[in-house]
Formats: sequence, structure tokens, C-alpha cells
Amino acid sequence: MSLRKMFNRRGSAPVARDRLQLILAHERGNAGGSDLVMILREEILAVIAKHVIVEQDKVQIRLDRGKDVSTLGVDIELPVPLVARKAA
Amino acid sequence: MAKILVVTSGKGGVGKTTTTAALGAALAQAGQSVAVVDFDVGLRNLDLVMGAERRVVYDLINVVNGDAKLNQALIRDKRLENLSLLPASQTRDKDALTDEGVARVMNELREKFDWVICDSPAGIERGATLAMRHADLAVVVTNPEVSSVRDSDRIIGLLDSKTLKAERGETMEKHLILTRYDAARADRGDMLKIDDVLEILSIPLLAIIPESMEVLRASNVGCPVTLNNPLCAPSRAYIDAVRRLKGDTVPMAIPSDKKSLLNKLFTRRAA
Repeated sequence: MSLRKMFNRRGSAPVARDRLQLILAHERGNAGGSDLVMILREEILAVIAKHVIVEQDKVQIRLDRGKDVSTLGVDIELPVPLVARKAA
Repeated sequence: MAKILVVTSGKGGVGKTTTTAALGAALAQAGQSVAVVDFDVGLRNLDLVMGAERRVVYDLINVVNGDAKLNQALIRDKRLENLSLLPASQTRDKDALTDEGVARVMNELREKFDWVICDSPAGIERGATLAMRHADLAVVVTNPEVSSVRDSDRIIGLLDSKTLKAERGETMEKHLILTRYDAARADRGDMLKIDDVLEILSIPLLAIIPESMEVLRASNVGCPVTLNNPLCAPSRAYIDAVRRLKGDTVPMAIPSDKKSLLNKLFTRRAA
């Protein structure tokens, strides 16, 4: 116990505070219902859907909400013959 | 085919979410593929306790409504690849959960995993009854305290009447996890005794989780306690619980007040 304290002076409470501040900032920002990341997600998918038929379950969306920046990753499995046809 | 387990209690704040995360992680650590599902629509917290709150894209209601596929909404744990989380919605209310939608999601989860653990909201309303509806077995989380025991009794009644298993005339398998057990207080006679709680509720005991700083510490950092510190007393109790759920016979560890006699005398004088 005392060893743990020696090596981990900061304790877990500051981690809890930082995590809460970050997630609450995002949630309060979304109170009006407009989450920018979610809007971007929808619009990116809409643009791609104009060019290829994308099956919903072939889309994986990753999100990491950060303090200063959030990252949005959209992985879309495009059907190969369809891509070639559009390019031709 | 998964076993669906509901973690329920009636009363709030007794440790359902902590228990869901700890059992889910412990099962995954034992090599099982596990999904933990948050049914607390509008007040989700399992994502926070699991440390996945920044990564939520879709939630249970999106899948129920067909706005997202199950595999798009499942968040894979970064530490245990065979552990996934299906978060609750934070912005909708529980009326958005339809019976048919929940049934479809549960059946799909059943195909994909070895274990599906449903974290029930507090209360006895729609969210709680839907969380238990499809369960094969139930873990009732109780504190050794009068209001918690009374609410648990109420929940046991619902498990025996409102679930699909009960409606089919089958017996719902129920287990008790006693949380926040304080051996020092029990020794002083100021806390309901384990045997008293067991006699009142008359369901088998799965684990006794001692009151511990480690549980708070784990939720502070967003890591299930069994993963954050597998050797601490609450983790060992949860890991034993998982072995019992898998069918092993494990002797029950009763937490005891480990202080020496001298130490005890001084503590009493101070109190």
C-alpha cells in the first residue's frame, strides 16, 4: 500500500476529474442536439453514397473525443467492381 | 450461443455497473467472449466505468431502431480484445426501447458471444424489466443494508414473473452478490449478517465483495477492477464468482477484519 502511494502520488482522483471534465464538455456542447462529429459522420457517408452503394454494415466508424481535438475515423469497404465501373 | 446474464438490484448505487464491468472483464480474462450492455438509457455510465466514454459513436437505441448495425455500435475494449461494450443512449429516454427491437438485438448478441451481461438501470420500470426480460440467469447485487435488501426482494419477484423464462414456466437461475461488505462493522454487529441476508432473500450466494478503495480507484481511472488490480480483495471475489458461474466449485472467502487484537483495541478506543 505504502509502496503504491510512493510511486503513484497523484492518486486516481485527478484522473477521474480530467475524464469527467472532458466528457461533460462534450455532452453539454451537444445539449442542443447538434454534435459536430455526428453531423460530419452523416455527411461523409451521404457524399460517398452518391458515388457507390455502400452497405451499412461495411462501414466502421471510430471516434476519440479529446480535450483539444477529436478524431473521427471512417473505414468503408468499397465493392471493387463498382469502384472500377464508376471510374471508367 | 451466449448465456444472457442480467445484473440487477432495484436500488440504485449498490454496485450494478461496477459488478457488470468486473464480471465482464473477469470472464474475458478467462478467455470467454463477452458483451456488456448498458440498459440505463438516458443515464449511461457503464462506458465511463469501462473507460470507453470518449469512443461512443452509436448506442443501443440506434441498433434497436435500425440506424446502426450491431457491429458498428459495439465498442471493443482496448485492453481485452474479446470484451465489447454496447453503450446506452445518453440523449433518448427509455421509451425508445421497443420490445421487438430489444429482442432482435439480444438474439443477435446471443449468436456472437459466449456471455452477454446486461447492466440494469435502478428501479422496477421499463428499463429494468427490459434488461431482465431475455436473461437466462440473474445476478442480484445487494448491500448489507435494509433498503437494499428490501428492493432486492422486490426484484427477485419480478425475475420470477416478468421474464421470458418465467413466462415459459421455467425457473430463473438467481445469484446474490453482496457488495460493500465491511468486515469490521459486521464484527461489531452493526451490519446485517451474511446469513441474515441469505435467509431473507433465499437465493444462493455468488460472491461477497468487501468494501474497498480499489473499487473506487478502478472507476476513477475507467478500468474494471479485475483488470486494474487483479490481486486485490474485490477482484479476487469477482474472479471466484466468474469461476462459479462457469461451473467450478470454489470455496467462499468470507472477508474478515484482519486487524490484530491490539490494533482493534486502539481503533475501538478512538471510535
